[in-house]
Amino acid sequence: METAKKRMLTGNKAMAEAIAQEMENDKNVFVLGEDIGKYGGIFGSTQGLMEKFGPERVLDTPISETAFIGAAIGAAAEGMRPIAELMFVDFFGVCMDQIYNHMAKIPYMSGGNVRLPMVLMTSVGGGYSDAAQHSQTLYATFAHMPGMKVVAPSTPYDLKGMMTSAIRDDNPVVFMFHKSLQGLGWMDQLDYAVGHVPEESYTVPLDKANVMREGKDVTIVGIQMMTHHAMEAAERLSQDGIEAEVIDLRSLAPIDKDTIINSVKKTHRLVVVDEDYRSYGMTAEIAAIVSEEALYELESPIKRLAIPDVPIPYSHMLEDFVLPGPDKIVETVKQMMDEA
Amino acid sequence: MTKFEEKQPSVSVDKLMWMYEQMVKIRYYEDQMVEAYTEGKSPVFNIGEGPVPGEMHLATGQEPAAAGMMVHLTKDDTVTAPHRPHHHAIAKGVDLKKMTAEIFGKETGLGKGKGGHMHLFDPQAKFSCGGIVAAGIPHAVGAAMANKMKGKDWVAVAFIGEGAANAGAFHESLNLAALWNLPLIVVVEDNSYGISVPKKSSTSIESNDLRASAYGVAGAYVKDNDPVAMYKASEEAVNRARNGQGPTIIEIETFRFLGHFQGDPELYRDKEEVPGLRARDPIMKLRQQLLDAEHVNEKELEEIETRAKQQVDEAYQFARDSDYPKPEAALDDVFTS
Repeated sequence: METAKKRMLTGNKAMAEAIAQEMENDKNVFVLGEDIGKYGGIFGSTQGLMEKFGPERVLDTPISETAFIGAAIGAAAEGMRPIAELMFVDFFGVCMDQIYNHMAKIPYMSGGNVRLPMVLMTSVGGGYSDAAQHSQTLYATFAHMPGMKVVAPSTPYDLKGMMTSAIRDDNPVVFMFHKSLQGLGWMDQLDYAVGHVPEESYTVPLDKANVMREGKDVTIVGIQMMTHHAMEAAERLSQDGIEAEVIDLRSLAPIDKDTIINSVKKTHRLVVVDEDYRSYGMTAEIAAIVSEEALYELESPIKRLAIPDVPIPYSHMLEDFVLPGPDKIVETVKQMMDEA
Repeated sequence: MTKFEEKQPSVSVDKLMWMYEQMVKIRYYEDQMVEAYTEGKSPVFNIGEGPVPGEMHLATGQEPAAAGMMVHLTKDDTVTAPHRPHHHAIAKGVDLKKMTAEIFGKETGLGKGKGGHMHLFDPQAKFSCGGIVAAGIPHAVGAAMANKMKGKDWVAVAFIGEGAANAGAFHESLNLAALWNLPLIVVVEDNSYGISVPKKSSTSIESNDLRASAYGVAGAYVKDNDPVAMYKASEEAVNRARNGQGPTIIEIETFRFLGHFQGDPELYRDKEEVPGLRARDPIMKLRQQLLDAEHVNEKELEEIETRAKQQVDEAYQFARDSDYPKPEAALDDVFTS
């Protein structure tokens, strides 16, 4: 019988705890980025690290993403295990050469002789009127490029466990954390941004999707906020007698095909929900995988929900319109069931 | 003390001998590459044909920059180089056979044939290079950071062309290295051209060492592609970095005897220019200085030259004799574990 209250943490504290524990375990781990020192990261990802480890291992950098992400690559090649923070994923444009041409390709171009054990962590996501240059997820932009593991955890438990795995991995890992899931006091207070997180160190694999809810009628694949919206939609659908299976993708690259295909074989229907642009994105990738490997399992065409190929607008009315949410998911699933 | 050392007591003639051997090796290596690269590309030039396909940027004439710096480095110091990397790689002690095999696209190459001439990685020699202008500077900054964090007196040297000094990565990296007082040296090889555009049309300042004052770091200028002057400027910079006194920018006026890449018609430069540069060949200059110093005689220099050429010939033979990778090996090494 469990009487002790479960230890609850916000997303940001779960992440920061993983980093702290790995910094304690391995002197080669260090963090660098903008406002990650005293400020603790604009989205709290490094909260408390400066106090614990000092400025030698928690380095505030100038606004020089090319230099400090490039420096992380150079340090990783020398056997260090840097964690670099790109404050908003939207800022990738000023440093994409280092990410795309160097971090992702050096291990391959060296025939595996150079290892780059580094983490590039970055905040993603919208829904709080930060407009076109501060609200993107760009999941597909990163997952498209071979040579990087790209993960985007959805719960505090996974944020900690996947960060620990990312730091211990010998390959470059792009670790995307969703701003709304950090549990910050100055954003929407979401129940799922707080969750059970064990104090002791643990790992969660970087290549496995997670079945968040089992169901027999339809599979809904999401990631980060879209997973949570899918969960809410599933509860509502259940009241109408439709049981949705919700898969939290967690890892964009490598992608866990098996979990998706096994689910589709059970439910025979698939909806993919993404907080990224619709074209050439995660929804298209998953639709293609299922078409290639499980087309005849489907009882109705695959449905995709994503940002309709427009930059993310500022005004609430506009942003809410383009971001997929529970209402749209419910509506889409119902339509799908009616058509069948 | 030799005559040379009487005149220049700070310079070790033994080290100049080492430089001479490297420079001869580099020159011969590049000369052989001109031949190998041309194979299969005549009568019609097709960049994708022959035993050495793709772009080829050779460093003939630029030997002093690499030899004059590398003579002061050890295996523990890190070097990053740009798209024209053979002189740096050879002087840094990169495995010559594996390097050549890589350029021939063979499975015995440094990168098992996945990198090619612009992407040579030899972790044992702590050497890397890349095809994106200025992008290697941040990597050297990171190596310098790692050295400092490990409490070592190892230094990191980024070689770049003069065109790279106008890229953002140059500015960002020097600001960061100066701010953190890192053991970083940036060597700017001014060969007068960014492909076809002359320096005076691309650069707002006479020489890039003057930009050192913008970062509060040391700057040095080496004129006339002079090996001994490069030796001295590099020694000072390396000592400064090893002693925790921060970064240095060295600019060396160097000579590009060949085109930007092989096959470059070079319509943008005067026909008289290259013969004029070749008349000021830094290898011949250093050779004469060594003879004048009465440190070595003609026969001993010839022995050095023979030894260097033999190593290069062996490397090319190794490359030619090696097998191509199996096609499906293209799928390996995306991840390293």
